[in-house]
Amino acid sequence: MKKEWKVQNDDGSITVRTCGWSPPGDHPVGCGMKLHVKDGRLLKVEGDPEHPITNGRLCIRCLTLPEYVHHPSRITHPMKRDKANRGKEAWTKISWDEAWDIIVPKIKQLKADHGAESIVVFGGTGREACLYYYPLGFASIGTPNVCYPLSGWSCYGPRCAITDYILGAGYPEIDFAGYYPDRFDHPGYELPKYIMEWGKNPLMSNPDGFFGHALIDMMKRGTKMIMIDPRMTWLGSRSEHVCQLRPGSDTALALAFLNVIINEDLYDHDFVDNWCYGFDELKERVQEYSPEKVAEITWVPKEKIIEVARTFATNKPSAIQWGLAVDENPNGVQLGHAILSLAAITGNIDIPGGITIGPPAALLGKWRVETRRNLSEELWDKRIGAKEWPALSTALATTHPDETLDTLETGKPYKLRMGWFNSSNFLTPTCSAAPDRWYKALKNLEFNVVQDLFMTPTAMALCDIFLPLPTFAEHDGVVITHFGRNAVFLGAINEAFRVGDTKSDIEVCIELGKKLHPDMWPFDDVPDFFTKQLKPELGVDFDGLRELGVWQPQYQYRKFETGGLRTDGEPGFNTVTGLVELTSTLFEAWGDDALPYFKEPPYSPYSTPELWKEYPLVLTTGARKFTSFHSEHRHIGTLRDIDPDPIVEINPETAKSLGIINGDNVMIENMFGACKMKAQLTPTIHAKVVHCTHGWWFPEKPAEEPSLYGVWEANCNTLVPHKHIGKLGFGAPHKQMICKIYRVDPGHTFTLSSLS
Amino acid sequence: MSRNGLLIDYEYCTGCHSCEVSCKNEHNIPRGQWGIKMTEVGPFQISADKWEWNYVPVPTQICNLCEHRTSKGETPSCVLHCLGACMEFGTLEELAKKMEGKGKKVALFAP
Repeated sequence: MKKEWKVQNDDGSITVRTCGWSPPGDHPVGCGMKLHVKDGRLLKVEGDPEHPITNGRLCIRCLTLPEYVHHPSRITHPMKRDKANRGKEAWTKISWDEAWDIIVPKIKQLKADHGAESIVVFGGTGREACLYYYPLGFASIGTPNVCYPLSGWSCYGPRCAITDYILGAGYPEIDFAGYYPDRFDHPGYELPKYIMEWGKNPLMSNPDGFFGHALIDMMKRGTKMIMIDPRMTWLGSRSEHVCQLRPGSDTALALAFLNVIINEDLYDHDFVDNWCYGFDELKERVQEYSPEKVAEITWVPKEKIIEVARTFATNKPSAIQWGLAVDENPNGVQLGHAILSLAAITGNIDIPGGITIGPPAALLGKWRVETRRNLSEELWDKRIGAKEWPALSTALATTHPDETLDTLETGKPYKLRMGWFNSSNFLTPTCSAAPDRWYKALKNLEFNVVQDLFMTPTAMALCDIFLPLPTFAEHDGVVITHFGRNAVFLGAINEAFRVGDTKSDIEVCIELGKKLHPDMWPFDDVPDFFTKQLKPELGVDFDGLRELGVWQPQYQYRKFETGGLRTDGEPGFNTVTGLVELTSTLFEAWGDDALPYFKEPPYSPYSTPELWKEYPLVLTTGARKFTSFHSEHRHIGTLRDIDPDPIVEINPETAKSLGIINGDNVMIENMFGACKMKAQLTPTIHAKVVHCTHGWWFPEKPAEEPSLYGVWEANCNTLVPHKHIGKLGFGAPHKQMICKIYRVDPGHTFTLSSLS
Repeated sequence: MSRNGLLIDYEYCTGCHSCEVSCKNEHNIPRGQWGIKMTEVGPFQISADKWEWNYVPVPTQICNLCEHRTSKGETPSCVLHCLGACMEFGTLEELAKKMEGKGKKVALFAP
């Protein structure tokens, strides 16, 4: 890439090269773009053809960035509101100094009177805040309670934890040659023959830094696709095989694949003999999962199961990309374990064209972990749910999300008094189950701070001090794929302009940190902070990274042979046994089965046949759209024109039997909650399954309570119950509940019984 | 002088709308109008393992193939931003030749 990242143009405008993250937009994908700015206004966003991964391509969330940045309803100055006025439009504009003068004494008082643990920091999904909300809690505020509120921590964390315990490594990702400037032409690189997409649609989700359309790049070169998905997707229509399984039955399917591969002797004997622990036990376990039996459980034909297993095992190298469906499943730890076992026994881990693995923590990850030293052992011991859920608290530094709601509701083991919401709008159907319960519980907090860009339902309901964030175009930073757990590349985020008086996540961390824990924040400013992180590992300072644009670290294959995976430098994997644990030593120690097993979802046609009579459809939620990132973008006209309404996908046969036609308003209901959406009839969904879109709220509807921008109208997460989690504390049934559906008039209103 | 056109290999058009929105940005096209608009055919099932589901972007009379960009050696905005990288710009002769080497899902527009 060119060294020059900022260009002064003849007409007085500037062009700034940057890599994107969010707010707004996506996970740390780091797409390359040029921002054209004049007189403090973002005129145009254009893709950067020099970027080695995205090559100029941009999605519509970046292409509409000017609309987002200069939106009339954007909040660009701090605001305060009296606690008595929560839920009302009663805001007063204040300065940052005034905001700090309220926040800092309050934190000091709470710490002195009740202990730092009375403060909880909530973080959302995917935004840049993911790098900073832990240090904000640990090192700026000084509390051990940092919370990702989604029941069972059902997003990314479980997959990271499972990988840590089974492979002793960072995040496993498809080898898409992202590490190399010469990409697919890199010597020694091989293209995956097959990619198995498990519960994931990366074209829309760009998961955790993987540029989804890299799949298309590989398909054009010859990679074939296998989809494991309850929906027939567009990608499915371009795939060689699709297993359209019953939502939540995934673990049975993975065990059946293992059954075929082991019983037909299609596995990689060399890898299994030298690098795997507990193969015989796995072989014995999978005998319980014959293709015949699993076909009945999953609704996938027996012949398809056998064919897919054979195809995957006999075409090396091939990769598996696992998705959110692994996390949003109380049986998900076993699913993840089975998927990693499938990758391992076919010899596809850490090889060209297979699955790459990163170190468990790198670059900013190390600094994030180190900020924990600000907390005494005594304080760290008070982290909510840590003792009760060791499998979660060993791998993740947060509280247990479900225990956190219990603590809010009961005041046990102690009362929580202050909430800090960093880029988290979880009263919308995003990262919480039973958001109606969270809403009631959070209202009891004495003091709440929200960092966001727009007034959200969460902020309108709860906030006392609103601190405005800049977009990624308006501050300096870095973007690192997989948050550092598998750094395919690192990109510079460059400030091109700034609207109003906003502060970025890291600016707030440093500024507040210097007031409360100055010894933890020995940085002059933001570029100095990044220079101190980058220099030791990359040898460049922050300005050096800006000039590089993107830094690609290269990749070393077969590290399990050369000693590159273990902290002691010995060959093998960084696990308890030093091997890939097909039989897990840790799961057993924590009271679960050492081997993967299938367990029916908590509510299903087979586990709750009586309830199934009343709620005869499987409800799955959360598939991604091009037009939004979770609850972002609902007020961006260009995007809303494309996706104007929350939709529920229904099979035309099912709709016909219910008297529903395309575009009808329908209620989706079960024992826990209800929501209203528009019916979209499509043959791509199974007749016994419906799918709801997530993240909906309506910026055009009344802001004040009880409406809160209509947040309870299309809130599919109210149908997902609290604390129906797996034995190790991971996974909730967001993708495998049951429900009924019926047609209503467009003006139909309803109130959730929990809120009435 | 030979005419220029757009080749669309819709085997790989994922329906991302980037062509539509980048075109609107480039030409300041008001809401409700398009310089290029995506159409959808399907999805419908042909047999147990075979589905038809196509997105095909169709240029309108507003499209001038981004003359101001191509005259500087840049690609049209839709071609640059297309996530599936399934669009190509060139002379009709060049594109027709390329078309022969592609699969069955390919279209050539000469707006």
